[in-house]
Amino acid sequence: MATAPAPFSLSASTVPARLRAAAVPAGTRGRQPRRGRMVVRAKIREIFMPALSSTMTEGKIVSWAASEGDRVNKGDAVVVVESDKADMDVETFHDGIVAAVLVPAGESAPVGAPIALLAESEEEVPLALAKAKELSNGQPQQAAAPAPAEDALATPPPPPTPAAAPAPVSAGTKGIASPQAKKLAKQHRVDLAKVTGTGPYGRITPEDVEAAAGIQPKPKPAAASPAVAAPSAAAVPQAAVLPPVPGATVVPFTTMQAAVSKNMVESLAVPAFRVGYPIVTDKLDELYEKVKPKGVTMTVLLAKAAAMALAQHPVVNASCRDGKSFTYNSNINIAVAVAIDGGLITPVLQDADKLDIYLLSQNWKDLVKKARAKQLQPNEYSSGTFTLSNLGMFGVDRFDAILPPGQGAIMAVGASKPTVVADKDGFFSVKSKMLVNVTADHRIVYGADLAAFLQTFAKIIEGPESLTL
Amino acid sequence: MPLSAPSAAATVVASGAASPRPNAIRTAAGLRFCGLRREALGLRSSPQAVAARRSVAAAATAGNGAAGSGGFDYDLLIIGAGVGGHGAALHAVEKGLKTAIIEGDVVGGTCVNRGCVPSKALLAVSGRMRELQDEHHMKSLGLQVSLPGYDRQAVADHANNLASKIRSNLTNSMKALGVDILTGIGTIVGKQKVRYGKVGFPDNEITARNIIIATGSIPFVPKGIEIDGKTVFTSDHALKLESVPDWIAIVGSGYIGLEFSDVYTALGSEVTFVEALDQLMPGFDPEIGKLAQRILINPRKIDYHTGVFASKITPAKDGKPVLIELIDAKTKEHKETLEVDAALIATGRAPFTKGLGLENINVVTQRGFVPVDDRMQVMDADGNVVPNLYCIGDANGKLMLAHAASAQGISVVEQISGRDNILNHLSIPAACFTHPEISMVGLTEPQAREKADKEGFEISVVKTSFKANTKALAENEGDGLAKMIYRPDTGEILGVHILGLHAADLIHEASNAIALGTRVQDIKFAVHAHPTLSEVLDELFKAAKVKAAGVSLSVNEPVAA
Repeated sequence: MATAPAPFSLSASTVPARLRAAAVPAGTRGRQPRRGRMVVRAKIREIFMPALSSTMTEGKIVSWAASEGDRVNKGDAVVVVESDKADMDVETFHDGIVAAVLVPAGESAPVGAPIALLAESEEEVPLALAKAKELSNGQPQQAAAPAPAEDALATPPPPPTPAAAPAPVSAGTKGIASPQAKKLAKQHRVDLAKVTGTGPYGRITPEDVEAAAGIQPKPKPAAASPAVAAPSAAAVPQAAVLPPVPGATVVPFTTMQAAVSKNMVESLAVPAFRVGYPIVTDKLDELYEKVKPKGVTMTVLLAKAAAMALAQHPVVNASCRDGKSFTYNSNINIAVAVAIDGGLITPVLQDADKLDIYLLSQNWKDLVKKARAKQLQPNEYSSGTFTLSNLGMFGVDRFDAILPPGQGAIMAVGASKPTVVADKDGFFSVKSKMLVNVTADHRIVYGADLAAFLQTFAKIIEGPESLTL
Repeated sequence: MPLSAPSAAATVVASGAASPRPNAIRTAAGLRFCGLRREALGLRSSPQAVAARRSVAAAATAGNGAAGSGGFDYDLLIIGAGVGGHGAALHAVEKGLKTAIIEGDVVGGTCVNRGCVPSKALLAVSGRMRELQDEHHMKSLGLQVSLPGYDRQAVADHANNLASKIRSNLTNSMKALGVDILTGIGTIVGKQKVRYGKVGFPDNEITARNIIIATGSIPFVPKGIEIDGKTVFTSDHALKLESVPDWIAIVGSGYIGLEFSDVYTALGSEVTFVEALDQLMPGFDPEIGKLAQRILINPRKIDYHTGVFASKITPAKDGKPVLIELIDAKTKEHKETLEVDAALIATGRAPFTKGLGLENINVVTQRGFVPVDDRMQVMDADGNVVPNLYCIGDANGKLMLAHAASAQGISVVEQISGRDNILNHLSIPAACFTHPEISMVGLTEPQAREKADKEGFEISVVKTSFKANTKALAENEGDGLAKMIYRPDTGEILGVHILGLHAADLIHEASNAIALGTRVQDIKFAVHAHPTLSEVLDELFKAAKVKAAGVSLSVNEPVAA
């Protein structure tokens, strides 16, 4: 019931095939017109927060691989961004010098917001710095714009980038931490030597320490009078928050957990229904014993079986994107929910109907390895068309999965258990039986569709020879 | 500076005739100064003149006294219209003295304009902010508050408006009584003679039978510290609250520093204390200091460096932050350089006694302080009393508190009206208006032990917690401690120290008891309303065990039906 196996939607079109930080010449960017722009702007390029997934609205800078003044080449990784799903190296599209870092490590920026400036040559650096100042002055209005569009559950809009950060005058005093920063560092066991200060004069602020400890900073009350109204008003929409429990420890969501939360709430808008089906697995178990030495896992066998069944029932592989139409997917990509440290991710076995189980097993191994290292590429976790969630290994006999946004159906697989079965002649026998439970979007998948799909799936599992074909 | 008591009412003057136990008071007051007392008594001004004045006083119930007799322009001239001068002037008029007061700046002095009064306004704001920000506290009361914020300018205006209001109250009270307010800088040019006027133009010369110096003090700034009034400043600037820095270093962790740390942390700043001594809050009773550190320092955004001097402080300029060089207080070796956004210099106050013309009457100041005996009579370079010249308040350095100055002024007026009077400084309470407040009167426990060892008596200590007080618990403010040090043989109260909600208001029951010589065995029968915070003291009195024989139960005698 409570599981939330696959919170990820697919949207192949918006996922960049190659992950590149789009460094676009500032002058050519049509949107966000800016007043008082420099004349010699073509040589200064903005590196902006890339959209690493279709659900990503903002990203957090984990670290800068390149620092101010570094020369970088096209294709170099310059920054590591934590999206709602993974930590990702982001490469630059252009050669140049990183003139100014606009969003320091530990802070977040909305998708599309400039996070650094790239100067083509040494001479352009001062211009870029001037521009950086201009940008950071204009930041508040710009940051405010995407905020209302965001989900109420999303993290609060990032604090305006400290204007002083790129200022050339500050010598960048290393290692100076404010009193509260020191206290927090002690409390959360953060090594101050590893924290990059973003405060005035490069000082380590309490926010820096909290970011390093993975804590979402509390909204700070504004000091100035005119600003008071705005933040308090912004705080009000989070009204659904329950009063905290005295004495309890509050651990804020990581970006990934926040994304799960957001998707789970979104799923409530979909009219989902569930159909269960008991399947005898003796033959599948026999097959599994045979192919196990060849590196095939039960997960892959189930994914393959689902893909083969989906090929016969395309509507279960479809999705409803606008509430008015069926979107039939050309591929059958099986997303498989995997629990990882502090969250959950769904690596995708692409074209599972076409590839054989040995190839799929190979792919699966790679995907799991990447998932654990948080190195999955967006198309490797967000291109699923159908999700499989298996809790059988824990002895769970049946459960109910929540339909992830953007998919038509999700299958929850329970454990296979020896069960006394009576056949039509009244003879009793013991067979291994497992219960599968599929949740589907009733706008496109009807009861009979799902029942037929499950019947096909059961037939494949009960006569699994075709899986090896 | 943290002590606001413009009215002298709170401080009881131990007048010899009126006190039920004059000997006890004299003993306490005379402890330190007994060597000087006889000398002072021998040099009293002519008793006949005093007697004459007293008869006038009896007739003149209100209004400034008649024209000065004996060819003097005034009976009393006070230089400096701070809280001390004001207190003296009001009492002088009551005694029928023709009185004038000279003020070079604004009426009210440090306390009203740059000290206790505006700081109380800021602390009133910080107390509320702190409470509203304390989600846990609010929730436990069942209150919900969303993000409290503040308007810095409005807070600053509140402090400034309060100072103006109190200033005009003081001015009006003196005008209404007919005190002549003379504007300018006063300089003593000879015996009973003062010249005053604008700086460099001392055009007016007046004579007075008695003169009180009450010129007060200014913030003390140690060498090597450059004040720019913006990023490095003293309490004078800080009270204007022109900015709330992200990170401020406070040099000195006495009353002033502690109160400002309360203000700044409540408004969102982080604070670093720089203290020359080995521990914070050196003046407090050690037990109170320890608890204060646990309540007022550790849970807040404060860190500290102790045992260090700030040898050099450079204001923020040229894109650099405020730089504070710390050297070890003992070895003088460079220890560390702090980089902060602002620095508040709260290293104490220096007397403001320059230009008084003390050299004209052979008086030499000691580190700027005017030397006085225990009757506030000024002493000259040879150790002799200068007749008809007194010095009260911060300028004499005895006890640099506004209400102490006022009490000293009243004591002086009593003397020149013919009633000998020695103020018992051990009965003067002191308070620090942090949240929660700290207050004290009399001796600290180590001081009392030292005295007990020397004089061969025993002391006892009783303590109670605010957690045992119903009203404090109702307010959800159970943090705090009250302790009393007393003599179990006689029941004499030696010292009371309170840290807790409204401690500053609670101390007066103890200070009055010390001033009036009330014994523990007597005061324990006094009734306290329930439930009130005053029961904290009731607890102390009731917990004390006195072995004294022959307990007097005066309060238990029926007074009226």
